[in-house]
Formats: sequence, C-alpha cells, structure tokens
Amino acid sequence: MSSIQQQNTFDWKKTLQIGLIGGAVGVLIAMVGMVEEFNKRDIIAGTLTMGWTILSLTMLVTGLFAARAAASNASSVVGSIVAGTIFGAVMSILVWIVDKYNIRDILVNASPTLVKHLTFEKGIPNGLFMLIGLGAAVGGLGGVIQILPENIRRAISLGLGIAALLGLLQEIIQVSLANFEGASKAVEWMFGKGTEKGLSLAGAILVFVVVAAGNYLWTGNASKISAGFEKLPQSSRKSFRWLGYGLLFLALIYLPVVLGLYLTEVVNVTGLFILMGLGLNIVVGFAGLLDLGYVAFYAVGAYTVGVLTNLSGELTLNLGWNFWLALPIGVALAVLAGVALGVPVLNMRGDYLAIVTLGFGEIIRILALSDFLKPHIGGSQGIVNIPPPGFLDVIIKTPQTLYYLIVAGCLLALFISSRLRDSRLGRSWKALREDEDVAQAMGINLVATKLLAFATGAAFSGLSGSILAIKLGTIYPHSFALLISINVLALIIVGGMGSIPGVFVGALLLAGMPELLREFAEYRLLIYGALLVVMMQVRPEGFWPEATHKRELHAENAEPQAEGGAA
Amino acid sequence: MSLLSIENIHTYYGNIHALKGISLHIEKGEIVTLIGGNGAGKTTTLRTISGLLTPREGTIRLNGEDLSKYKAHEVVYKGISMVPEGRGVFARLTVTENLEMGAYSRKDTAEINRNMERVFSLFPRLKERRTQVSGTLSGGEQQMLATGRALMANPSVLLMDEPSMGLAPVLVELIFDIIQQINKEGTTILLVEQNALMALGIASRGYVMQTGQIVLSDTAEKLKADPTVQKAYLGME
Repeated sequence: MSSIQQQNTFDWKKTLQIGLIGGAVGVLIAMVGMVEEFNKRDIIAGTLTMGWTILSLTMLVTGLFAARAAASNASSVVGSIVAGTIFGAVMSILVWIVDKYNIRDILVNASPTLVKHLTFEKGIPNGLFMLIGLGAAVGGLGGVIQILPENIRRAISLGLGIAALLGLLQEIIQVSLANFEGASKAVEWMFGKGTEKGLSLAGAILVFVVVAAGNYLWTGNASKISAGFEKLPQSSRKSFRWLGYGLLFLALIYLPVVLGLYLTEVVNVTGLFILMGLGLNIVVGFAGLLDLGYVAFYAVGAYTVGVLTNLSGELTLNLGWNFWLALPIGVALAVLAGVALGVPVLNMRGDYLAIVTLGFGEIIRILALSDFLKPHIGGSQGIVNIPPPGFLDVIIKTPQTLYYLIVAGCLLALFISSRLRDSRLGRSWKALREDEDVAQAMGINLVATKLLAFATGAAFSGLSGSILAIKLGTIYPHSFALLISINVLALIIVGGMGSIPGVFVGALLLAGMPELLREFAEYRLLIYGALLVVMMQVRPEGFWPEATHKRELHAENAEPQAEGGAA
Repeated sequence: MSLLSIENIHTYYGNIHALKGISLHIEKGEIVTLIGGNGAGKTTTLRTISGLLTPREGTIRLNGEDLSKYKAHEVVYKGISMVPEGRGVFARLTVTENLEMGAYSRKDTAEINRNMERVFSLFPRLKERRTQVSGTLSGGEQQMLATGRALMANPSVLLMDEPSMGLAPVLVELIFDIIQQINKEGTTILLVEQNALMALGIASRGYVMQTGQIVLSDTAEKLKADPTVQKAYLGME
C-alpha cells in the first residue's frame, strides 16, 4: 500500500536521508578545516568566498539529488528545498554545538572563527536562521536546475563552473595577461583592482551569461553547424580541417610565450601525466589489464637517462652520454621491463593482476632505494647532475624549452595511440578486454596481444620518465612512489576509460589543477577521493567517455536509431 | 578419412583428470551431438578441440592434420570455430562489431561482407539490431549473435556448446532449426547439449559422456531408443 502512495506523494524518507547525508558532508567540509582555509580566497571579490562556494555547491548537489529522487516536478522543488533546509539545520546544529561547547580538543577546526564564518558574523541565532535559509534557497535552486530541460541545465552548470574556475585562477590569469598592453583595463574590470582577489561581481555575471548563452546556442545549433559542414564539398572540408590543425599547431607553439614561466611549468607537469595517461590508457582502457605498478616504467626511463647522461662522478658509470642517445635506450629498457612484467602475469586477470603489478612497481622503487644498487644508481641519494640536453643551439633547461619537448612527446603518443585504437591490434585489445577465451577462439594471439599492450604502455611511460630526468636534473627513488600509479589510473578513470581525449581532461583535472592550487595541497587527496566517489555515482563513464563505454553504462539511451549513421 | 577425429585424449585441470581417453570422429556434413549430465566433460572436450586446453595424451586431427601443435588462436585458421558456452558475446561491442571480430582470422573484405550478409539472412533479427550494443540483446539474440560470429570465420567444423542454455522453448526450436539450416549449407557441426532429446532430434549420430568418458555411441535414432539413455537423459521411464 505504502509503495503505491509514495509514487504519487512525497517521499519524505528519501528526502530526509539525502538532506542528512548532504548535511553530514557539509559538517565534514567544515570540520576538516576547508571552510576556514578556503575562505581566505575569494571567488567573487567581497561577495563570495571559496569556502562558501564549496558549501553552496554541496547544498546545490543535495538539492539536485533530492529532486532526482522525487516523482513530479512540483515535488522535486519541494523536496530539494526540504533537503536544503535539513542541510542548513544540520550545519546550524554543528555551529551551535561549536559555539556552546569547546570541542577543539577533539576537532581542531571547530574554532570561533568557523562559527563567525558560518553565521555570516551575525551571531546566534540570527546567523543560524540565515544559514538554514541559505540551505533552503540553494537546495531549491538545485531542484529547479534539475527539472529544467537538459540543454538549459547544462548551459547553467557550465556557466557556473567556468565562472568559479576563473575566480579560482584569477591570480594566474591576471599575471599572465599583464604581459599584454591594452588588456589591463579589461582585466581590471573583470577581476577588480589591486589586492582584491577573485572576479568582480560584474565580471562574474558577465562570464556566467556569456558561457551559458554560448553553450546554449551552441548545443542548439551544433547539429545544424555540423550538418552544414558535412554538406561542404570534400576538398573544402579537408582544407577547413587542415586550417583547424594549423591554428591548433600555432597555438601550441605560441602557448609558452602567453603563459609565462609558472603556467608553462604547470603545463609541463600535466604533459608528463598525459604521456603516462596515454600509455596506461592502452593497458587498462584498451586491453583491460589493470596495472597498478605503472610507475615502474616511468622510473626505468628516468633512471636509464640518469645513469647514461650524468656526470656526477659518484656512480660506477660516468658516461656523460648525450640525452638524445640515452632517450631511445630509456624507452627501450622501459619496453623490456614491460615485457618482463607481462610474461609472468599472462594468465592472470582482474584483482590478481592488480596485486602482482602493484608488487612489481614497489620492487622497482625498492631496488632504486637499495644499498645493493647504490654504487650504480645512487640509492636513496639518487642521481644528481643530469645535464640539460641541447637541441640545435638551444639548451633544453627552462620550462619553456622543455615544453616543446613534452608537447612533441605527447603528440607522438597521441598519434600512436589513436592509430592503434582503430587498428587490428586495437580491436584485438578490445576483444581481449571483453572475453579472453572467446578472443582466442576468434584467432587472437593472447600472448602477443597482451605483451604488446604492456610494451606500448611502458614505452610511453618510459618516454615520460626520460623527460622527467632532464626536467628535474636529479632523480630520487621517492619520485616514483605508488601514488604516481594511482594518480595516473585515477586520471584515466576521471577522463573515461579507454578514451584518448579523456586522458587530457583527466590530466588537466588531476595533475594540472592541483599544481595550480598548491596552497590547498593539504586537501588534495581528500578532494581527489571525493571527486572519484562523486564521479562513480554521477558519471561513471568519465568526463569524456569512449563511445563503447558510454553505451555500456547508458544502455537505455543507446537505441539503434541513435547510432544509425554508423550502420 | 574423417573430417575431425579425436583419439584417446586425456585432459587435466591441474591434478583433476577431466577427460579419461575420449575418442570420437565426425564425418563431413554431419551433425554429431555430445550429450551427458553436468560435469561429464562435454565442454572440456570442446575446449580441448579448440585448443583452449591442451591434452596430455592423445591426438586431434582435422583432415588428417594434427592440431595439437597449434595454439588456441591458430586453430581457427585451420577451420574450427566455436560458439562458447554462455554465448560469450563481446558485451560492449555492437552486433556488427561482434561479427567483424568473428572474421578476425580472415583478410578478404569482399568475402567477409558476403559472409555477413549470409549471417544476416540466417538471423534477420541481428540485421535489425546491428548497431545495438550486444550486451543489451536478449538471451536468444545473443545466442544468434554468438552463432553468427562463429560462422564469420567460415569454419569447416562448428563447435556449439549448449546453444539451448537458458532459452525459452520456442527460441530453442528456432535455434535448432537454424543449426540444421547451417548444416545443410555445408558446415559440419559438433553439438554439445544437455537437452538430449532436441539434440538427438537433429543429429545423425551421438556420443553419450559420463565422468570424462564416452559410455555409448550410436546413431541418433538408436540412442533415442536406448533404454539407459531414455532413463538417464530423456526423462522417460
């Protein structure tokens, strides 16, 4: 009886549950000190701090979930308001407790400052009512967004997201735009003057409106535009495409000049992760072999270049080779290591494979750290004095020069992996990922196919490691911790398993962003974990999924007519 | 000379002696069925023939050529193709992509396309759903797809492992009709089945397996009339 009623009426239990979970997340954010720490930074100068942005975002998502659980539009909005109110109430209880009792012995961040922040400096109880009201309002907003049509919803969330991102990165953008005469007026208007941080209110609204409207118009007309493009004759389509590539190429060449030293360094770090991501994407994404020791090949590449080129005089080998000679050897040794790992794990699948590869990664790191190999590769002191290589007359040492090397590496890896994806080998990997036995029965050579996956993946990682060696000039065993493997795997998952553009998105989010937001490095892993959990719940296929994976997880949308063009 | 002949094969899973000297032969153009209860070794026999398992003793010959020197992925090039137990479709790939994987061992595009048309004419349902992800097909459609995929290799011998498993009776009949049709078009079939009555209905000969051994072999007619077979596998008293 109750289940029938619940379909038409309001699901109190579910709403309450979502509100409480949201509130708990809010309490967690406050208690780990994120509100206080992040409030030092403004997203919109004088109006919205970063701490409040995160709290409101949590409220918004709570509202979204509550609305999603409801049956009709009206009950969606009511549900989201109720859930938001519960969120606010839970936070208020927290604030009240923190204010009344001193619990700082247990929870360091339960400070008077936090109370001040969370009550808008209006004191208790007025501030608490405001907090609850804010919860209801923002939660309700989430509900309204949820019931909007898909294209408007996407435009709004993109607009909010980009505005928040610009506010977050204000300092960096301002510094890099300062190089340009004439831009300063616009920058001043967008970001405010002098010591103010974050976007100006007008700037934020402008960004939101432009992005949201742009996205709305684009999604509305994208099919028309692409249809118009398809109608063009073959030759002019081709020239358009080449024009696009040309512009992209010019932008890539010109980028470090625009970005300046610091941002180029960030791009370089991201680039090294993209290289590794593209490699691991072949192993995990294409072939479905869960490799948790991927950092090993990175280490092999870096150490090979280090040993062959260094001039420290402390190691048994003091070859002082040219980097360009050492680089192919570094990649080749990484490939050998890939095959060496591949052979013993040929018959392993899933979790067993993960454990063995995990061990392999650790073995390489511990070998690098060991006294046994210390005379040759430096033990815990690592290898110092790796000279920067030259290319023609340029010495590749500054971030700007390294940038070109890394971009060249990424482009090569991008070319190879996109060609492989559509090749016969790529198809064998896919089949292997789905069912090993059947793949064999179709005529796919299991041994060769698996080893090729490991070897190709290792090659990209070895290349990345080789570049790392000259980028840092010194290498230590602790640069090759398990966390790197996890990072690379996480960026593939966030971007979308098996998706090549996904690697770029994932690397920007999980390698680039943390590099930009160093001041919040303390919370890096927490945000990481939260992001992964939310991803798996909301968008398990990743931000930029591969077509097949999307089909699997959203099978109900993958009706034949949707892909009729492929037939 | 038989098209496929198996002599005295012994296959092990680790220490477990799964096949204890199986011998059977299949003539060109036949449907031969292998029936028996759970754990009798039927699937193990098929997996041994297709090279996924290696026998410790015995020989498998196709047209007189010893297959034991070939690995699993090479056997398909020799002309043996398998419809695995539980269908084993590549769930994330579309119907067409699955069929293309079936033709992995072949290079001649025109031939492959002709073969795909043949599969589509055998299974019109697959043609309707060719752009659909195969994981979202019904059980019967997946069985059709697995069969079609195996045919894409253009085999001389088709090994079928329990095509009736988990299917509604009406679909089982449909699948068995198609098996007969495939056979009429020239493909020799080794059919492993628990549904002994259906299998003996379309086969010319049959082998009865029990705990890793062949206990009976005869024409399908005689097996159907055999009292022990009737009692043990046909559910008749």
